[in-house]
Order: sequence, then C-alpha cells, then structure tokens
Amino acid sequence: MTVRFDVNGRRAEVAVEPRTSLADCLRHHLGLTGTHLACEHGVCGACTVLVDGEAVRSCLMLAVQAEGRSVVTVEGLSNDAALSPLQAAFRRHHALQCGFCTPGMITTAHALLTEEPDADADRIREVLSGNLCRCTGYVGIVEAVLEARAAYRGHKADAAS
Amino acid sequence: MKPAPFDYAAPNSIEEAVALLARHDGAARPIAGGQSLMSVLAFRLAAPALLVDLGRIPGLDAITIGADGVTLGARVRWRDIEKDGRLSGAHPLLAAAIAHVAHYQIRNRGTVGGSLAHADPAAEMPGIAVVCGAEITIVGARGERTVAAGEFFTGALATVLDTDELIVAVRLPPWPAGRRWGFEEFARRRGDFALAGIAAFYDTDAAGRARDVRIGVIGATNRPCRLPAAEAALEGRIVDDTAIAAAAAATRASVDPPDDLHAPAAYRRALAATLLERALARARR
Repeated sequence: MTVRFDVNGRRAEVAVEPRTSLADCLRHHLGLTGTHLACEHGVCGACTVLVDGEAVRSCLMLAVQAEGRSVVTVEGLSNDAALSPLQAAFRRHHALQCGFCTPGMITTAHALLTEEPDADADRIREVLSGNLCRCTGYVGIVEAVLEARAAYRGHKADAAS
Repeated sequence: MKPAPFDYAAPNSIEEAVALLARHDGAARPIAGGQSLMSVLAFRLAAPALLVDLGRIPGLDAITIGADGVTLGARVRWRDIEKDGRLSGAHPLLAAAIAHVAHYQIRNRGTVGGSLAHADPAAEMPGIAVVCGAEITIVGARGERTVAAGEFFTGALATVLDTDELIVAVRLPPWPAGRRWGFEEFARRRGDFALAGIAAFYDTDAAGRARDVRIGVIGATNRPCRLPAAEAALEGRIVDDTAIAAAAAATRASVDPPDDLHAPAAYRRALAATLLERALARARR
C-alpha cells in the first residue's frame, strides 16, 4: 500500500506492507534511524515519535495509520547549528550513557514541555515512567528536563506575542 | 517480533466496517488505537487476514454528559478523558480511575472501546463499567444491541462480542452529587497493569448509613466483577472501622486469584483487601 504523510516537515510517500509499523517505516523506508526500537510491543518507549504533536509509540502504530498525519522524529527536533535546549540540558546533566533510550526521552520530554512547560518533577517522572533507561537511574534525565522547561516557557511566550 | 501479514481497510462508516467483518467471518479484526492489538499481533497471538481500521469513521469520539449519565464514544482516548474538565464533577470515579491507565504515549492513542473489547482482567475501564452498571452499545450485521457491562465480560480477554460486532459507545449511569467513592490500585511501575485494583462507592441516607454500595475489583479475578459479599457487609451501615474491616474480610474471602509470574495468590488476595480499606478510607473522608 502507498501511504503519504509529513515527516519532519517534508512530504513522504512510501510503499509499505500493511503490517509495517510506523517505526519500521521510519527506519527502513525513510532512513530515519534516530528512532530506536527495543521491545517492539509498547513497553520501553524508545521508539516514541510525535504524531500531530502528540507523543506516541511508533511500534504500536501501523505506518498506514499515519496517512495524512504529521510525524516528527528525534531528527526533526535537532539542527546542525546548535544543540536544542533539551539536548544541551541532557549533555549538561549527564542524562545519557549508552544513548539508546535518548531519542525516546527527548521526543517524550519535548511533547510534555510543549504542552506543559511548568511540569514539576513529579509530573515529569510520571510521564517518563513510560520510557525505560537501563544506564542512568533517571535522576540526570529528570534534572535535564526540569532545566529545559525555561526554554519552552520562552517559546510559549514568543508564540503568544 | 513482527506481525504476520494481513490486509488493511479503513472504511468511512460503521455499516461498511461491520460488512467487512461479517464477510471475513472471524478472520478480520477491528483496530482503533491499536495499543492492545498491536502487541497481540507482534507476539502473533492473533493473525487476522484483515484489519478494519475504525479511525476514519465519524461520530465515535464524543464525550456526552447528560441526564442519562456519561456516554463515551468507542474511540474516546484516555487523553480525551484526562483533558475533559467536566468529568471530575460529572463522574469523579471515572476520572480518577482513568488517571491510572497506561503510560503517556499509550494514553494518546488507546481508546475506551479498545479496552472494553480487549477485556484485560486488570484494565481500569472494564472495571469501572462493571462496578457502575454501564451499558455497552454494540453494532453488528444483525443490527444494534445493548449489553450490561456485568454480562459483557466472560473471562480473561473474552467478551460476548461476535466476530462481526463493534462497540460504538459505553454509557455510565448518572453520578449523584455527594456520592462517596474511592479508587485504589497497585502496580509495581505506575502505568503498568495493576496487580489489583478496587473501586468502591455508596450514597448515604439521612442517618449517614451507606446505601446502594458498589464494590468492584480488577486484577485479582479472571474478569472485572463486583463483590456482593463485601457490598453486603457495608449496606445500611455506618462506614466505620468495624464495617470496613468486615468488608475487607469479605473481599479476602471473595477473590480467588491464581498464582502467576507477577504475584502469588495470597499476595493478590491480601492486596485486594488492603486496597478496599484504602478506598473506603478515602470514600468516608
């Protein structure tokens, strides 16, 4: 089947089997290997992407279900010029070691802070409870997301003015 | 793992969807958010020939609050319930229970109808439907029917749904102001399936005695159910420490969970009773 959707602001048209997950479509058909797959059944959160601005597990969504939607992957949340506020905060707080879970952490945290830039530590922990990290013990990740809030408050103010 | 191959259709109406399901005579499965079905497919616990996507059918995503209660369209997501500010007043038990469903990402896609149809014994929505006496509206090739939630679930992952039938809505009866309630569940990681959960509510008469007591359990039985013995222990009584202890004892005696990977039977039995004590402590505050 042919499926058409936007990926990181670009139009994509891909021929996929109906059983292809959005995650496999992004990685294998579109070469966007920043989205990581670990459990492939909705437990670990590594494959989190944004669909119409909402964080979803791309292993639990069929590529054909993305028809007409707007998908943003971790590649779409970065640029070559400078680290994003979340990336910079993750580096500063040592919020990653092996880095495998990091794309899912960044996409999930981005969705959360875009919607709730004042999220407190409890809320951040609750939201990130769907993302497994086997290296850090999470403390650095929570601290990084807390610190990155300032940048999202700024964005919200900019958008409003 | 990857799912076995299947065909895919995304019809624009319920009639079309039902016709597709009927034509495939058990070999087709409906999909909406896919938050339960996708892992079932990945593990190849099911290998349907066709998936019928309900995503394009209009009119399935409304939350309606009226004199006959709260009606949730089958495609209402956990996120929609969480964000609907009316529900904390119109049905506080629903709002509190749904706060425990799954994780952030899953809440953005998981649906009410999907949870009811999947019928996991530890899932919150089926438990709330049963304890509240909800009605589930179903459409199939032979037309529409309404089933009481208490008769809908027939076992773990099993319901009365026929292979050509779809859930279109669930209606929870009106929630009177002043009703006393509590919801408690325990999972090792927040958002994971509960090892056990208890919903309890009652109204009070002029003398402060509990009336129309409802107690429901999830996770410690093979399907969500009410606990009549625990309800009887409270009915017509002041909900004090003695009454709560009697209801907890009745709960322990009523549930008979199996030993499994996650917890021994004795643990789940004790947990259900403890959660009931906590739910009632919250209800009588």
